[in-house]
Amino acid sequence: MATQQTRSLARFMIAPSVVLLFVWMIVPLAFTLWFSFQQYNPLNPIRDGFVGFSNYALFYSNPAFLQSILNTLILVASVLLITVIGGILLALLIDQPMWGQGIVRILVISPFFVMPPVAALVWKNMIMHPQYGVFADIARFFGGQPIDWFGQYPMPAIIIIVAWQWLPFATLILLTSLQSLDAEQKEAAEMDGAGFISRFIYLTLPHMSRAITVVILIQTIFLLSVYAEILVTTNGGPGYASTNLPFLVYQKALLEFKIGQASAGGILAVILANIVAFFAMRAVGKNLDK
Amino acid sequence: MARAVSTQHKTIATAAAWIVALLIFFPILYTIITSFKSEQEAIQGFNLFPSGTTESYIAVEAQRGYFKFFLNSVFLSVGSTILALLVAIPAAWSMAFSPGKWTKDILMWMLSTKMMPAVAVLFPIYLIFRDTGLLDSRIGLMVMLMLINLPIVVWMLYTYFREIPGEILEAARMDGASLWNEIVYVLTPMAVPGIASTMLLNIILAWNEAFWTIRLTTTEAAPLTAFISSFSSPQGLFWAKLSAASTLAIAPILIMGWFSQKQLVRGLTFGAVK
Repeated sequence: MATQQTRSLARFMIAPSVVLLFVWMIVPLAFTLWFSFQQYNPLNPIRDGFVGFSNYALFYSNPAFLQSILNTLILVASVLLITVIGGILLALLIDQPMWGQGIVRILVISPFFVMPPVAALVWKNMIMHPQYGVFADIARFFGGQPIDWFGQYPMPAIIIIVAWQWLPFATLILLTSLQSLDAEQKEAAEMDGAGFISRFIYLTLPHMSRAITVVILIQTIFLLSVYAEILVTTNGGPGYASTNLPFLVYQKALLEFKIGQASAGGILAVILANIVAFFAMRAVGKNLDK
Repeated sequence: MARAVSTQHKTIATAAAWIVALLIFFPILYTIITSFKSEQEAIQGFNLFPSGTTESYIAVEAQRGYFKFFLNSVFLSVGSTILALLVAIPAAWSMAFSPGKWTKDILMWMLSTKMMPAVAVLFPIYLIFRDTGLLDSRIGLMVMLMLINLPIVVWMLYTYFREIPGEILEAARMDGASLWNEIVYVLTPMAVPGIASTMLLNIILAWNEAFWTIRLTTTEAAPLTAFISSFSSPQGLFWAKLSAASTLAIAPILIMGWFSQKQLVRGLTFGAVK
């Protein structure tokens, strides 16, 4: 029974959030769109002006662009693969009856709370450093040659770091979902003689499918914009070997001051994110109807 | 009938889970251990037993001025969270209790702003901050962090408020409670746990935000994310100092995080997994 009065009150209460978000997202985005059709260089303003689609052409014909798109996709796909499969296995393991389950949970979830620059620097210097890192110590112990991770395998190194940060998230969400599985159903399946594998395939996995979808979608949103991990480890190098799309846009905008090109890249990042967002919204939206 | 678990099964599960958990936790553990080593010890190969010196902690404060960055982090994360709550509580409240035709669309639209990649608006935001003198200002960054997390805050609050049964409100109204009484005595006590959870998760997210906090600050407003990033260009050997600074940067939030596991699931899945 919403009266006219309560309805206008409701509008008045929602307005600040909506206006703030609208101004914050739409105004800068409009600027970016405008800049993407402009020649604009704060250091050399003589040739500024409208240039049509040439920024897009320039940005997209840049070999670094193709590499950065490829790196973005490799990073997202690899981390998703590692965290979803690892997360399912870990959730299944932690869900078993054991001593000290609470502490195990705390240990496993911890990396998620480590701020990205700390995670990246700790891995870079103390774990993966070719001379003083723990990996190098292990390699030498077995008589092997330490690996120069960030020089030779920059992308795998970054993938390992980012996967380490996101594995706890996947595990926690999947574990939550797993624990909401009805114990009676599990027992019934067991009584009927279903083994662990068939129980997993026909009961557990379908039950978790929704949580898995959510994990994939939400991680993708965050993984598409990985930044600090690259900044403090490889700085995008060697060359463009570990530059992803956000990092390339940052370089163009704030280091090279090629604003037009950076904006064109930014618009592309928006399109990419929107494709993912489209599916994410549908998955989350379903939950609203219940 | 409860399933009888064999001790053998339980022992194996315990051992396996502890080994995996310790491996995952190891980088954090080793950072804490290394922070109690001298710089000499820190590079002398793998060693789990530090001498226990606190010289790195002292050096991090004396040489790098750690405490100022820590205070900035506290100010920014707590400040932006309170600001976001002030804006979001009325919105979530009215959407949960008097939903209109557009409520669902507004919620979805808010969520979509969260999916916008930050780099797409990096330069315009940078320009706006520069031209209004907000670069490297705490207030500017606080507003920025508030805006980034506002969608999550509205969403989380909305999912909590929606669970408060409307019948209780009606009963209170029938008993002649005024709107003010209804809010203070009936709704608030029921909403407090949800608001507290939202606050906790949001402080964690704001504390760890590492794009705008690095790009929009230089020295004055820089929080711990920017402070730690400054260690990426090493001068000399600094493992122990890096470890001490890292330990100090993550300890408060790690402890808060341990207490907010449930809220984390709910907040980051926008209520889709509970």
